[in-house]
Amino acid sequence: MDDLASHARPVASRSGANPYPELFRRDYTAQPPAFASIYKTSVLRSPRNALLSIDHTLSETTGPVFGQNELGLLDNDLILNYAKTGEPIGPRIIVHGHVLDESGRGLPNTLVEFWQANAGGRYRHKNDTYLAPIDPNFGGCGRTLTDENGYYFFRTIRPGPYPWRNYVNSWRPAHIHFSLFGNAFAQRLITQMYFEGDPLVKVCPIVNTIPDKDAIDRLIAPLDLHASVPDDTMAYRFDMVLRGRRSTLFENRLEGN
Amino acid sequence: MTQPLTYLKETASQTAGPYVHIGLSPHQAGFDIFQNNFDNNLAGASTPGIPIIIEGRVFDGSGHPVRDALLEIWQANADGRYNHPGDRQKTGAMDPHFRGWGRACTDFDKGLYRFYTIKPGSVMGREGRPMAPHVSFWLVSRGINMGLNTRMYFGDEPDANAADPILSGIELQKRRDTLIARPAQKDGMTIYTFDIVLQGEGETVFFDV
Repeated sequence: MDDLASHARPVASRSGANPYPELFRRDYTAQPPAFASIYKTSVLRSPRNALLSIDHTLSETTGPVFGQNELGLLDNDLILNYAKTGEPIGPRIIVHGHVLDESGRGLPNTLVEFWQANAGGRYRHKNDTYLAPIDPNFGGCGRTLTDENGYYFFRTIRPGPYPWRNYVNSWRPAHIHFSLFGNAFAQRLITQMYFEGDPLVKVCPIVNTIPDKDAIDRLIAPLDLHASVPDDTMAYRFDMVLRGRRSTLFENRLEGN
Repeated sequence: MTQPLTYLKETASQTAGPYVHIGLSPHQAGFDIFQNNFDNNLAGASTPGIPIIIEGRVFDGSGHPVRDALLEIWQANADGRYNHPGDRQKTGAMDPHFRGWGRACTDFDKGLYRFYTIKPGSVMGREGRPMAPHVSFWLVSRGINMGLNTRMYFGDEPDANAADPILSGIELQKRRDTLIARPAQKDGMTIYTFDIVLQGEGETVFFDV
């Protein structure tokens, strides 16, 4: 996969035009279908009717805005944000990258949230009963805002794989969950980041709900030694893309007048 | 040969999973980590508008409540203005203290979600056609591969609903009705019940937005 940020370029906009026009239609060929029999929980939780396509209005092209003052200083440092008696166990890693739109523009000042299991594959969650121990110094969640170029970073420990009940002997590859907002409610997206070289990725039913091999590859973060901190922390690079916005050269006025 | 069209592709969605609460609602996962938590309370005591509660459950294809869903809502203020620079309507006033967004989880016991907010005003739709007051919903959970989008309309706005361009674009009245919340009075407050059916009889209309 190439460096997504290298695609960043300004897009023509007309003076006075709405800087937040309609979004590109979603390309479902690179998205998992609602119903995927290999992921058994989707069987009863997938609508049977076709989604109803609607033209965008302000309800879709706008979305919530968040401020730096709403976040704590350690919210993007999972090594320290739940440390009680020491630091959590596991390989120390930095995860960093850009949140872009389909035109390659960085999405500035947008909220990125993330959560994960600890190094043993156990979640700090009242419903997780896996036998691997809770790490007393690891909460497993964080959040940050992208900068003016759409860049984000956080520090954590590498999560472990864990078993789950789909088939007998199903194991989730190590992964970090991401929640993204963009700047429109219609861009809202949740996904998972996987790690380069993990043999569990290609046999995972949740990964394989995605019908497109390239789209799966785009969820696998490569090791990025250039961003590592020598003798301290490795780094993985993970860029994410949200839906683009149409050109505003000859715009539909969403307000209708 | 042509010049290449160099658009990127949207990142593939993956399920939020059963432990979505850790990241997005840690209290429900069973711990406290952030100083400031995003929650289901959109309005303060001084927010202009009529305070309301929106609550309901999410049902799967076997009729059982989904008790590990996360829902988010996005709405205009009482004047019909969104708190976003893309809202350039000339009527009404934006309220900087009302974000218009909230997040709630269905509870692990009964599967009930609840939002405390104010009733939104009407927002102008396309071609100068006003939209009936509505709240946009986004729903994720284990077993949902890509977040589902829908809208909630208000059962006490029959005239506005009848003229709404999105609702009237739904062919079957029975399906339209899946988007209309039932009002009820309790302790001087209006509670709107909005149940969401993921699959089967009474399946909610979901949108490709």
